[in-house]
Amino acid sequence: MIATLEESPSMQLASSCAIVASLEGVSKNYGEVPALRNVNFTVRSGQVVALLGPNGAGKTTAVKLLLGLLQPDSGKTRVFGGDPTNPQNRMRTGALLQVGRVPETLRVREHIDLFSSYYSQLLPLEEVLAAAGLEKLRDRKFGDLSGGQRQRTLFALAICGDPDLLFLDEPTVGLDVESRRALWEEIRRLVSRGKTVLLTTHYLEEADALADHIAVINQGAIIAEGTPAEIKSQTSGKRIRCITALNLATLLQIPGVTEVRQHREAVEIHAREAESVVRTLLDRDSSLSGLEITSAGLEEAFLALTQDTVENANRKN
Amino acid sequence: MSTAAVLSSTHLEPSVSHTATIYLKEAKYEFLKNLRMRVYTASVISFPLMFYVLFGLVLNSKEVISGMRVPTYMIATYGTFGVMGASLFGTASGLAADRGLGWLQVKRASPMPPFAYFAAKVILSMIFSAIVISLLLVVGFSFGGVRMPLAEMAKLIATLVAGSLPFSAMGLAIGYFTGPNSAPAAINLIYLPMSFCSGLWVPYMFLPKLVRQIALALPPYHLSQLALGVVGAGSHEPAATHWEVLLAFTLICLGVARIGFQRDQGKLYG
Repeated sequence: MIATLEESPSMQLASSCAIVASLEGVSKNYGEVPALRNVNFTVRSGQVVALLGPNGAGKTTAVKLLLGLLQPDSGKTRVFGGDPTNPQNRMRTGALLQVGRVPETLRVREHIDLFSSYYSQLLPLEEVLAAAGLEKLRDRKFGDLSGGQRQRTLFALAICGDPDLLFLDEPTVGLDVESRRALWEEIRRLVSRGKTVLLTTHYLEEADALADHIAVINQGAIIAEGTPAEIKSQTSGKRIRCITALNLATLLQIPGVTEVRQHREAVEIHAREAESVVRTLLDRDSSLSGLEITSAGLEEAFLALTQDTVENANRKN
Repeated sequence: MSTAAVLSSTHLEPSVSHTATIYLKEAKYEFLKNLRMRVYTASVISFPLMFYVLFGLVLNSKEVISGMRVPTYMIATYGTFGVMGASLFGTASGLAADRGLGWLQVKRASPMPPFAYFAAKVILSMIFSAIVISLLLVVGFSFGGVRMPLAEMAKLIATLVAGSLPFSAMGLAIGYFTGPNSAPAAINLIYLPMSFCSGLWVPYMFLPKLVRQIALALPPYHLSQLALGVVGAGSHEPAATHWEVLLAFTLICLGVARIGFQRDQGKLYG
């Protein structure tokens, strides 16, 4: 025991950035449709990692592969250094998945009681109810809950076994602002206790608020990865929209312009700074009209990132 | 060898008592879940009772078949009918819905031993089978003048409850090859014609010759003959033959269910 006590802090230190889950060159197709293409992705211990992408990007597939619910067509999935389907690994993971129907005639506390029985190290019922904000709903049948309350019950089932690694697939879908903030708080609390969380979301705001590491995924491939600040810096800038006689090639040559796109009768110009570009535009085209300048906000930047891959893919085809 | 490793592995290694607890809770909540579902309890319990009251007590209670009063004879046949309903609806519709709508994936992602899930459904089917038969006996004793020794009654219940197994296996097979919406329809398509052809509604000897030949291939016929054998109105075939047919049928259905189970492992639902 003494040896254990002496070892544990240094072991914790060593494992603080250990990889707890990974996809290594994983591809997965559903019939003809590719869901993931050669994805490399790691989740490190003690972090919140966000898989960010639009619907159908492959987020859920990635989660299901890491849970061992799906087998990859090629590549490797690892959880705690082993096979995700290993029962001992399952003891250390919890999952909130998108689910169409949950047995409706069981009460909240009964659902939690049953799931708790699967785990050998469990949180007390009171703690689980408090963490999921379900104290007052414990005796409510699942079928009588609102959408947000159902989602919170699924969260309770995911955490009741006090897992070291938590998978949350779109955890805040259907939650109102208040419950969403409460869930974020809960996720932060779990991480402060040394837990690791992989969450998928299509809200950039959510990834930004929670994650230590973001992987942007689109059409089955990871297109950007880094800290929230790095992701934002990749996509910051201004968006200029106008109707102009200048052609796209000319526009693209203006210094500071990173991207140009025809959008019906108007063009959309993406630039690092708006002022100099607008000055040049007005100089060269006196007939220019309908000028609008917006800052490429987070959501917009994200759209730009994902849009790029769509265009690249189209170009390749 | 490090103490920490030993400690953590004993923590994670499921013990026998822990596994037993999981099976018990899984079965308990499967029972509660279905008990609170009016669709299940209404169709599984009231239909056999209603048919028995109507055809066994109200209409034909003075008739005698194979030297047996109709109220007693029909406890065996409607008992078989009730067992079939409890078992098919207890397994197939829940499984098809859990599979099709993602709930089974949530359970599979947890450390639940997969077998506990199926065992719970089979136990539930047996419990509801026992409830249906007991209610039939209570009604028969109270209003139909049915009398039988306690030992015979116990044997009748035991036979029919054991007979729940082939139909639970069949339900698992159906549940793996139907969707959430099509499962109840598929069950009824199999359940109702099979009941008729096996002589559960119209006694076997009154069925047309062709149907009587078909009946020999149907599991409910064999279970009802076993039940009738207990109350003293069985067919000429030896009981062992009926048990063998039911066993073979169970194994075939489990084999089909297993194919479905394995097919699911690589597929995405929900």
